Amino acid sequence: MSITIQNISKSFGDTQALKNVSFNVKKNELFGLIGSDGAGKTTLFRILTTLLIADEGTATVAQYDVLANYKDIRNHVGYMPGKFSLYMDLTIQENLEFFATIFGTTVEANYDLIKDIYEQIAPFKNRKAGDLSGGMKQKLALSCALIHKPKVLFLDEPTTGVDAVSRQEFWQMLKKLQKKGITILVSTPYMDEAELCDRIALIDKGEILDIDTPMNITNKFNRKIYNVNAKETYKLITDLKNYPNSYSVFPFGEFIHYIDNNDNFNKEELITYLQEKGNENIEISQTKPTIEDVFMDLMQ
Amino acid sequence: MLPIIFIMPILQILILSNAATFDIKKIKMAYVDHDKSTFSRELISKFQASPYFVVTADFPASKLGLDAIQQGKAAVLLEIPTDFEKDLIKDKESSLSIQVNAINGAIAGIENSYVNQIIQKFNTNIRAKLMPVVPFGKGLKQVVVKPSFWYNQNLDYKIYMVPGIIVLLITMVTFFLSGMNIVREKEIGTLEQINVTPIKKYQFIIGKLFPFWVIGIFLLFLGMNIGRIAFNVPIVGNPAVILLFASIYILVFLGFGFFISNFTETQQQAMFIAWFFVVIFILMSGLFTPIESMPSWAQKITEYNPIRYFIEVIRMVMLKGSGFKDVLPQLTRIIIFSIVMNTLAVVSYKKVN
Repeated sequence: MSITIQNISKSFGDTQALKNVSFNVKKNELFGLIGSDGAGKTTLFRILTTLLIADEGTATVAQYDVLANYKDIRNHVGYMPGKFSLYMDLTIQENLEFFATIFGTTVEANYDLIKDIYEQIAPFKNRKAGDLSGGMKQKLALSCALIHKPKVLFLDEPTTGVDAVSRQEFWQMLKKLQKKGITILVSTPYMDEAELCDRIALIDKGEILDIDTPMNITNKFNRKIYNVNAKETYKLITDLKNYPNSYSVFPFGEFIHYIDNNDNFNKEELITYLQEKGNENIEISQTKPTIEDVFMDLMQ
Repeated sequence: MLPIIFIMPILQILILSNAATFDIKKIKMAYVDHDKSTFSRELISKFQASPYFVVTADFPASKLGLDAIQQGKAAVLLEIPTDFEKDLIKDKESSLSIQVNAINGAIAGIENSYVNQIIQKFNTNIRAKLMPVVPFGKGLKQVVVKPSFWYNQNLDYKIYMVPGIIVLLITMVTFFLSGMNIVREKEIGTLEQINVTPIKKYQFIIGKLFPFWVIGIFLLFLGMNIGRIAFNVPIVGNPAVILLFASIYILVFLGFGFFISNFTETQQQAMFIAWFFVVIFILMSGLFTPIESMPSWAQKITEYNPIRYFIEVIRMVMLKGSGFKDVLPQLTRIIIFSIVMNTLAVVSYKKVN
């Protein structure tokens, strides 16, 4: 096990950020922590990276206890906080050399690990970190987090505020790093990224809702989901919500995801109902559940 | 930022040293002469001749003179009573009335002493005139006090202000810079990244504070040279003693600044607290008001004021030529302060919340 978390709880004043959280991350796993803003993801990261002490519970990272062996953890983990936190007034190269020196190593010694990432930003190596674009900042931050060959990599919302192309590139880089034997714990509010992880934990209001592979999580979902579309989306949502058999209704891209209370859902009945209410161009078709559907369902 | 750190102190030394003077010149003075005699006119002419007074008006009645003080047209009102001359000749004594606008107590005190000096002089002249025939052995024995001001013969205020201002500059720059710096890292988030690294606390603190120490020492050189060249402030003693003292003194404020930044979350908060202490330290440092004139409880407080000791030491060494042994009491205190402040700073700096 690379990371073990047992019954971790943490409160800030009256707000309980984490409630009895437990899960394990296997060695060499790409593990995703999926949850909306304020779910407690960052708090958990800060506890695991020894920046914060939990009120209750124990945790180990790379076999080291977060309390007793916090100094060892700092030598063996890489942490990329959600907020860009490198020195804005240092250049790319200076930042990299600075962090290499702090970890008692050199850029050259571990160059093979960061080579793929660093080469993309190398043309700008004399530019100050503060002047970089979001995607480049993120690559620099990842390089700095990797400079000491960490055993475990913590990435707190690494793709927030990054464009779609850079996001995709970033996940490809994570997959490559995983192949080099690094355990990665990544948090994200984007459900589409969840499908790229080996296993995911769904977290909301400080509680773990479910832990499994993305595939299993969607397969476990035993309700049928229907894509509904009509001319006036807003009217459609209110009408669907008022439908007697309605279980859940929420907008999903260009469609409305509708779940019925009955297992033997009658499509024609719903169409008649919606037509009576004055909806036009009604389309209804069954669709496969996504992580987002599961998450929305679990949050209810 | 770097130009500000260096240009600001130069300007401050040049401006403050020229502006912060205790000399009061051209005091606006009015008089009411009820006597209108030779003696009264002679007394008034003494004031007219003095460079410290400008006789602005004379009034027929004291009521009008008081109105002039009220309106700010006069700062001092001298009233000479009727029969001033007659009384002096007959009884060998007479009285005068002096009214001083004391809205600023310090100024009023100085004005009063100037007035008294002139009247005193007038007094001795008159007595000599009134007793021209002196029987042998029974003459007027006058005690003449001839003051001699050691270490600053002309009582030039710049000579004792400049060293003090140098101390203020070093203090403010090092204190504010160290206080702001760590908080700034907290604000931008770099501190969090640093805290997950295996860097040791003392390494981080030394790394953060050493540059400011260098800046502080550089400012000392700069300030002393500006004082020497622009204001002719002598450096009688050994500058190495000042350097030794300063190098420990700066540590006190670096540690203090770091300590403050450990307990604040934003640069604003840190700035507020730093200013609070700086204002108290400066006003109670003996630079603008002598410590000897403070009430005894305030004097007790100044014993914990590091600025006080540096001002004492820099004046002692630069003006009086004191050596290492003479500044030893101050040095011991400052060493204790620096150990206490820096221990607090290291202990209160936590990499974990």
